Amino acid sequence: MKAIYLDNNATTKLDAMALEAMLPLFTEQFGNPSSIHSFADKVGAQLKIARRRVADLIGALHETEIIFTSCATESTTTAIYSALKVHPHRKEIITTVVEHPATLEVCEQLELEGYKIHWLKVDKRGRVDLNEYQKVLSDNVALVSVMWANNETGTLFPILEMAQLARQKGILFHTDAVQAAGKIPIEVQDSGIDMLSFSGHKLHAPKGIGALYVRRGIRYRPLLRGGHQERGRRAGTENCASIVAFGVAAEQAELHLETMNGRIKTLRDKLEKGILAQVEHAFVTGDPSNRTANTCNIAFEYVEGEAILMLLNQQGIAASSGSACTSGSLEPSHVMQAMSIPFTAAHGTIRFSLSRYTTEKEIDKVIDVIAAIIDKLRLLSPYWQNGKPVEMERFAPTFA
Amino acid sequence: MWDYSETVKDHFFNPRNAKALEDANAIGDVGSISCGDALRLTLKVNKHTDIIEDAGFQTFGCGSAIASSSALTELIIGKTITDAEKVSNQEIVDYLGGLPPEKMHCSVMGQEALEAAIANYRGIELKADDHEEGKLICRCFAVDEGKISRAVEKHSLSSIDDVINYTKAGGACTGCHEKIERVIDAVLAKKKAACSSSSNFVNYPVEAAAGSFASAVSLGDQLTQNVREIISNLRPYLQVDGGDVSLVQASEHLITVSLSGACTGCMMTDITMGWLQDQIAEKLGFPIPVVNQIPESHEPQELQELSHLAHP
Repeated sequence: MKAIYLDNNATTKLDAMALEAMLPLFTEQFGNPSSIHSFADKVGAQLKIARRRVADLIGALHETEIIFTSCATESTTTAIYSALKVHPHRKEIITTVVEHPATLEVCEQLELEGYKIHWLKVDKRGRVDLNEYQKVLSDNVALVSVMWANNETGTLFPILEMAQLARQKGILFHTDAVQAAGKIPIEVQDSGIDMLSFSGHKLHAPKGIGALYVRRGIRYRPLLRGGHQERGRRAGTENCASIVAFGVAAEQAELHLETMNGRIKTLRDKLEKGILAQVEHAFVTGDPSNRTANTCNIAFEYVEGEAILMLLNQQGIAASSGSACTSGSLEPSHVMQAMSIPFTAAHGTIRFSLSRYTTEKEIDKVIDVIAAIIDKLRLLSPYWQNGKPVEMERFAPTFA
Repeated sequence: MWDYSETVKDHFFNPRNAKALEDANAIGDVGSISCGDALRLTLKVNKHTDIIEDAGFQTFGCGSAIASSSALTELIIGKTITDAEKVSNQEIVDYLGGLPPEKMHCSVMGQEALEAAIANYRGIELKADDHEEGKLICRCFAVDEGKISRAVEKHSLSSIDDVINYTKAGGACTGCHEKIERVIDAVLAKKKAACSSSSNFVNYPVEAAAGSFASAVSLGDQLTQNVREIISNLRPYLQVDGGDVSLVQASEHLITVSLSGACTGCMMTDITMGWLQDQIAEKLGFPIPVVNQIPESHEPQELQELSHLAHP
């Protein structure tokens, strides 16, 4: 059987039309769009179309509000540092404890450099407390940066509301929408969002292309200075082929939004119900009533995630884990820890993320094999004896 | 995904001796659920021959943790306790045809479970390692901030290489080097602050030093070489504050150094000199008085050369 890819929050398969659109730019259409000749014009015209398509996906009024970058990490970094540069006297940032490392690590670094970071906590379902948020909004805050959808659980944050609250206080608002773009309808124009980061490869465009939306009229300082590309807002020769593919993929993503929240959601729910019916001591993490339609994160207690992934992979199934071992760390994912998921479960969290290419047959296969995999590992686990978990007191070893 | 060897995969997919021995007379537990690795090793040891007749493991952990546990049992079954004791984590790694650097701690866990089980067999209670102090820094060898910080302080470590040699931290994937540098800097800053507030300058009488140690140091050149190396390791501590030190001359009776930069004319010179003397004595294993040569406008050629050598 063909391999089953359920790791679409990590990256996605390139859309066939996007691939077709980008190929000529590797061969005859190799011109630099900045040049003054017909080689350039052909490419330039295509970039313009792509920019419009990408702007449309998020509801940006002006295509000049889109800055193409190398990835969403670059977009996020640019947004954060831009906000600090335009507000040199504001030394505080508001963000959450469950951000992607692209935001977390930058903020941790800024903390070392003396900035005050307000880390918003989340509850057991991964939700922020808006009252806590409002308490820290002040004139000292240079930027609020909050992810729209969590990459591990798919939990959606109340971004429109948070952005509006920031705007009322005159604070810049950035959202990392990497996991939201192409999965939920986004309309930045009439929102309080000032900057928004997203990337191509999460929505069937190639890797190595990202975008930053910067609302017209807000102050902005580039991270990369140099040539006049992207109207001086991001120097460096454009990744033309990928931008063109991004445009096609963005258009396709918009067209498939209904599929995402219809057929894909149905498949995701089937998978989730099927697994929970098969396996005892397993539960869904995050906020089941408010999350992206393609994502389901299940914690399997008393077993470790990487081991589950290896056995799934043996069956041709690709997924992802919040366990420590998959990242080479010794702690389970910061998202699981922030939601106070017990360690017995946090190390055994598996994320299944679907795409419009996922079929029902594939979902059935996963439901078919999962119970045997978990059983096999529980047989090896010292925390599991005779078909049930053992009392923790009986096995409380010191750390190695 | 990890680059696991075929042997690792084999031991993961088909683990050997995955069981809890009912009649075990030695049990070793290591790991913790919080870190995502836990291993219980059970042994059946023949009381008369001390031979490990059977071994079983139960592991909560990733592929390489399970494979390391499985390999461990294969390595020790049939061995006497004395021979099994010699099994190192490297032997587990070799048996498995290698492990990715980030997964070395899995083999360490195996070896520690064995240690714990043997101690249990002998009726010795192992002292629990006081782990989990501060943030985890090295994820490959599971070394936290507390351990690195103590090593840096105790042994006056100043480089990543030193820290690797003393603690293993940073020795595999290198991803934590920036964090280790921060720990070193923090300890140095603390140490400097402490140095400035205490005055433990000990003036060793030149005669006494000469009498006691003249015979211990036979090769003058070797001594100069050693002192030069010690001083070059101490320089970063002074450089942090814009100062510097170089070696002018070293003999078994007296070490002459030259303070420069911000150290010149600093009111703390005596304290700095006391600290240098202590550091050099600690590294050499015996004390030699250290004096500062006030730089003159017409520095003799010979001294200039020597001080140049101290800046390799």
